[in-house]
This record gives sequence, structure tokens and C-alpha cells, in this order.
Amino acid sequence: MESILQYVLYLVILVALAIPLGGYIAKVMKGDKVFLSCICRPCERLIYKVLRVDEKEEMTWKKYALSTVLFSGIGLVIFFAIEMLQQILPLNPEKLPGLSWHLAFNTAASFVTNTNWQAYSGESALSYFTQATCLTVWNFVSAATGIAVLFVLIRGFVRKKADTLGSFWVDLTRTVVYILLPLSVVVTLVLVSQGVVQNLKPYETVSLVESFETEDGTEVTEQTVPMGPAASQIAIKQLGTNGGGFFGVNSAFPLENPTPLSNLFEMLSILLIPVSLCFTFGKAVKDKRQGYAIFVAMAIMLVAALGIIGYNEQQATPQLSAGGQVNLTTVDQAGGNMEGKETRFGIATSATWAAFTTAASNGSVNSMHDSYTPIGGMITMLQMQLGEVIFGGVGCGLYGMLAFAIMTVFIAGLMVGRTPEYLGKKIEPFEMKMAVLVCLATPVGILVGSGIAAVWPGVADSLNNPGAHGFAEMLYAYSSAGGNNGSAFAGFNANTPFLNVTIGLVMLFVRFLPMLATIAIAGSLAKKKTVATSAGTLSTCNGMFVFLLIFIVLLIGALSFLPALALGPIAEFFQMIG
Amino acid sequence: MKSYGKEVFLKSLGILIAFIIICGFIYTFAMTGISQLLFHDKANGSIIEVDGKKYGCELLAQEFTDDGHMWGRVMNINTETFTDENGSPAMYSGPSNLSPAGEEMEALVQERVKKLKESNPDQAGKVPVDLVTASGSGLDPEISPAAAEYQIPRIAEATGKSEEEIRDIVDKYTEGRFLGIFGEPRVNVLKVNLALDGIL
Repeated sequence: MESILQYVLYLVILVALAIPLGGYIAKVMKGDKVFLSCICRPCERLIYKVLRVDEKEEMTWKKYALSTVLFSGIGLVIFFAIEMLQQILPLNPEKLPGLSWHLAFNTAASFVTNTNWQAYSGESALSYFTQATCLTVWNFVSAATGIAVLFVLIRGFVRKKADTLGSFWVDLTRTVVYILLPLSVVVTLVLVSQGVVQNLKPYETVSLVESFETEDGTEVTEQTVPMGPAASQIAIKQLGTNGGGFFGVNSAFPLENPTPLSNLFEMLSILLIPVSLCFTFGKAVKDKRQGYAIFVAMAIMLVAALGIIGYNEQQATPQLSAGGQVNLTTVDQAGGNMEGKETRFGIATSATWAAFTTAASNGSVNSMHDSYTPIGGMITMLQMQLGEVIFGGVGCGLYGMLAFAIMTVFIAGLMVGRTPEYLGKKIEPFEMKMAVLVCLATPVGILVGSGIAAVWPGVADSLNNPGAHGFAEMLYAYSSAGGNNGSAFAGFNANTPFLNVTIGLVMLFVRFLPMLATIAIAGSLAKKKTVATSAGTLSTCNGMFVFLLIFIVLLIGALSFLPALALGPIAEFFQMIG
Repeated sequence: MKSYGKEVFLKSLGILIAFIIICGFIYTFAMTGISQLLFHDKANGSIIEVDGKKYGCELLAQEFTDDGHMWGRVMNINTETFTDENGSPAMYSGPSNLSPAGEEMEALVQERVKKLKESNPDQAGKVPVDLVTASGSGLDPEISPAAAEYQIPRIAEATGKSEEEIRDIVDKYTEGRFLGIFGEPRVNVLKVNLALDGIL
């Protein structure tokens, strides 16, 4: 009973916070005055002044696209260089060496694309300098880039006979200064108050109450307590749907997420901005119902996923019951499948996080997905394979979903024999081609990547579990990269040259192809005039449209991934009950 | 590349450097400063220090196997990740990442159940699932009230303390749900053991 209350309240609080934030973001996008303007506006103007950015500049879609790509490209190079050189850079009290070239490439690609796949383990591989100047910075700016591209798409729908779509520099700066930084400051302070570390000290050692001997007879009397500026990075990693942990085991680590209260903030932060942007969208296109329709379609899929994961984890597996000798009930304990889950989170809070983090392309975890039941784990994987459009990453989730909406009106238009339109703009072959690129990039990235990996010699050595579950570990890795998610079936050892490079390439492909296609759609839509709604116009804010949209998303996902899932989690499920 | 290529390149570089300064340095250092001021102990790892000796971190598990101590979640100890300042290995731990539907897990659970039943002969009940599973971090410092209660007769017998006395200690270090709703009730194993040893 307590669990159901938790599930319901998590969703209710989330939506209650997202509605006002959605309105706030719509104002920031237009440059209107907001309640934080008195602090943020001077900072914003200072940045423009120093960098000689013209606030009034308007870019064509091509210039906007070039700006996003060059910005990320330069970032990738600097990121890579800092990782390789961290040994000679300051703020490295543990004297950690530079990374291998392939791990450095993978990590840079991962953060620049807002994926935050962790082939590295933060506490044993990255200096505080790298964490702050690379990981933290890209947590902010990759999120802001996604939101900026969404703004461009919205402007494409709103503007009439226009050649320009706004300025990338202004969108990026406003998003960081007005939205991401203020929210991060609040979340950081709550996290530190709960026990998340925030310092620049070397790691601490403390004595063990019971010492023990290693196999070669050395007595171990101490334990390491890792330190660092963690809370400030964790706040933005949650808010920006980034997800790359300061520590290796991410938000399952007690110093990264110590209490149910810290968890509440971290978990709501995962979906806060993606949900808000649905309402921002409705407000910006001056028809709130359009935003609600997209929100409802996403919410229905999220609730379904959450229900299935929660149910399966609470049921546990026959293997865990040891023939009825293990107590799996909920009396004085969370019960269920506790392998890979923390006591303070139990089943309800772990399952909710798993559903949120794979719906949004966040990818942080507070429990180990590798140890989920076959069906619970499959749902987390499927949410990524659907293209990260169930709320998805900040900005990119919604522009991905709008591409599916374009496909939906196109298919519906074909059925009734009318020229399709969406939000008053005619959808023609160019928009349709670009929308297909957005929607199919993820399936292509995942299937090609995992297909090659499945036959590549040596990849099997990276698997932690045998059989169907081992295959699922590999499929999960490429699904995570292909959805720019970043979570893992973490038993899989991804730190090999082949895996680092291929996973890095998949991440870059699925980030930038849809992004460029989206900006191209926006450029083309902005040039068009608006068509008047008539009796024959397909409504895009009623139940029928919501149903069709969900249907199209599931159809593409199911057609692409059913064979692969049958070999992995579905096969494991039948072995489990058999 | 178009005529605006150079301009875009320079602006990209400039704005990235600006954000490295703002988000990388100013934000990180300001948050560190404020945290150190407002939440000094929490920001520095919640170390339990009594009379100058550091007995552990209240948020990170240690492994307990003595009958007179409370046992925690299953740990996958490793001593390779970290060393102390003298170069001797220090304890760390991680998750198992095993499938809960696999044969390996099945065998491990059987083995753990057997060991727990042997060590707790006065307990007729089923073994709470917390005690036979590894956590998400491998360093989960807590167990459920059911898992704590299961061990009380054994600890009482080994320490000579009464079950009531031990139950009082357990209650003292048990935390409920946040606002009575969020998360799960749990017992901090290290604090219970330090109290059993008379340190806390």
C-alpha cells in the first residue's frame, strides 16, 4: 500500500512542479522578464559584452546548425585533451594518470552528446579538474544545446515566411543562466544537507571495526572514503538528463545519494525539465492543448512502463527464494528483488527511478539494472530503444517526439487522402524525409552497433553473466548509446578499445543526425505560410491523435527490436519460470 | 565552409571558455564554499570520529562477520582499487551485477541462507531478503528492520546483553520513511555495532 502511495505522489509532485516551470521556460525562450531577471540579466549581458555577441542577431537554419556542430566539436577536442593531460593539471590530489585514448574519446563523446555513458569509474579515474571543467561544464552546455534546438523547432512552427530562427549563442546562454544554474544551486544545497560530499580534499581513510585478511595474508584495517566536489556535479547531472555519476555506481552510492530526501530531489530532477518543456511547447505555439496532447501520450507510456517494472521487481524471482527459505514479503522490509538495490530505496523508489531514468535519456541509476528481473530490465531497455521520446532528454526528447508527431499526421493524412498539416504548417516531402531521419537514427545506431559487436571477436569476454542475460548486457549497452541514455547493465565491461570507439561513434551519430535534421525541418517550416484550419483538418490535440502517436512510436520500436529482445530478456524470462 | 565559418568558430570557442569559467570554476567553487560553511560535516563525508579516532563513514558499509556484531548487506569486497597513504590495501566494494534469475545467483542465495541458518539457530523464521542479496553500491550501510530483528537473538547470545537492550540500540539507529511516505525504514549497521562495542 505504501508503495502505491509513493508511485502516485512521485508523479503528482513532478507534474505540479513542471507546469509552472514550463511557463517560466517559455518566457525565457522569448527573452521576457522573469522573477530572476534582476540577478540573471546582468550576468547574461556581461557574457554578451565580453564575447561581443549581438543579442539581436538572427541566424538562418544553416548557420544555427553549423554553430551547434562546431560548438560541440570544439568541446569534444578540449574535453579529450584535458582528460589525456589531467596528470599535469591542478586539482588532482589522488595523482590520477591521464586516460587511455579510447576511454578519453568515449567519455568526451559521451558527455558532449548528453549521453554520459560511464566506461570510466569517477573516483578511480578522473581528477577534480576533469570532473569540474569537463563533466560538469558539458552537463550544462549539452543540456542547453538540446533545449536550444527545441526552441528552434518551436520557432519553425510559430514564424511565418521567415528565413531566420534566433541565435544559438543567446539560446544557449539564456538556458544556462536562467534555467539550469538557478535550479542546480538549489538542488546542490539540498544534496549537501543530506550528506553528499562537496569538497576539494584528498580521499579519507577510516579504520575498520573488524579488520580482515586478503587471500595473500595482508591484513586490511582501513577503508577508503572517496571525496570531491560531487554535489554540484550531481545536481546538474540529474537536471540536464545527463546522468554520468561522480562515483562509479552513480546514485546508488551512499555519498552520491544518501537519503530518501536526496533521492526525491535527484529523481524529480530527472524528469522535471523534460516534462516542463511539453507545457512550454503548448504555450509557445499559443495552443496549450497541443502541449497537453504530447504530454498525455508520453505520460501514458511512462505509467505503463513504471507499472510493469514495479510489479516485476516486487515479485522477485524463484531463484531468490531458495525454495521458500527467503522472506520476500513486505513485512518490515521492502521485500522483492533486492539484489542490486539499496535498503533506503527498496523496490518502489528504485523502480520509479529506473522508469524515469530510461524514459528521460538521463541514465543515472540508484539501483543496478543488470540485476533487475528479466521483464523489469527489458522495459528499461525498451524505453531507450523507442528513441528516448517518452519525455526523453531535455529538448531532444521533445523534438524527437515532434518528429514522430509529423510522421503520425503524415500517415493519418495518407489514410484520409489529405495533405497533412501540423500546427498550421503543411507537411511536405522534405519535412517527412527529415522526420524519418530523426525517428530511425536510434534503431539504426543500436542495431548496427550491437550487430557488429555480437560477431566481433573478444566482445564476449566483456559479459558478466552467461547466456541470454549476457546478450542482454551487450544489447543494453548499444541501446543506451543509441538513445543517448548512458545507463548500463553495469556488469558489462565496456572499457575496451573496440567498445569504447564503437559506442562513442553510435552516441555521436544518434545525437547529431537527428539534431541537424530537426534544425532543417525548422528552417523549412519557418519559410511556409500558415494554412487555415478547416473542417477536414486532423485535430492534433484529441484522444484519437494521442492514440495514433503512441501507436506509431510503439510500432517502430516493436518492429525494430522484437527479434533482439526475444534473444535476450524474453528468453531469460522463459528460462526463469521453466 | 561559408563566409561566416570563421566567426562561428571563434564565437564557439569563446562561449565555451566562458562556460568553463562560469560552470566549471565559479559554480563548483562557490558551491564548495557555501557547503563547507553551512554543512561542514556532511560535505566532508559524514565521518564518525570519537576521541580523535575515525571509526568509519556513517554512509559507507563495513563488513561484519562476528556473531556479536550486526551483519549488513552482502558485500563484494575488493582491495585493489585503493591503498592508504602507506601503500597497504584499503577496503572498497561494488555491486554484483548478477542476474537474479540466473543459476549463479541461485547457488549463492542457497549458500548464504545455509550460513545464516547455522549462525542464527534460534531463528525459526525465513531469512530476510536483504541479508542474502548484494546492494546497488556494494556499500549500502543499512538493512531493513526485519533483517535487524532476525539477528537480535544471536547478538544477545554472543554479547551477553539482553535482547531488550539490543532492541533499544537498534531502535535508536533506525530511521523511518521521509515524511512517513518516501523511501524505506532502515537500520544503520555500523552505528549499531559501534554502540554494541560501547564506542558510540
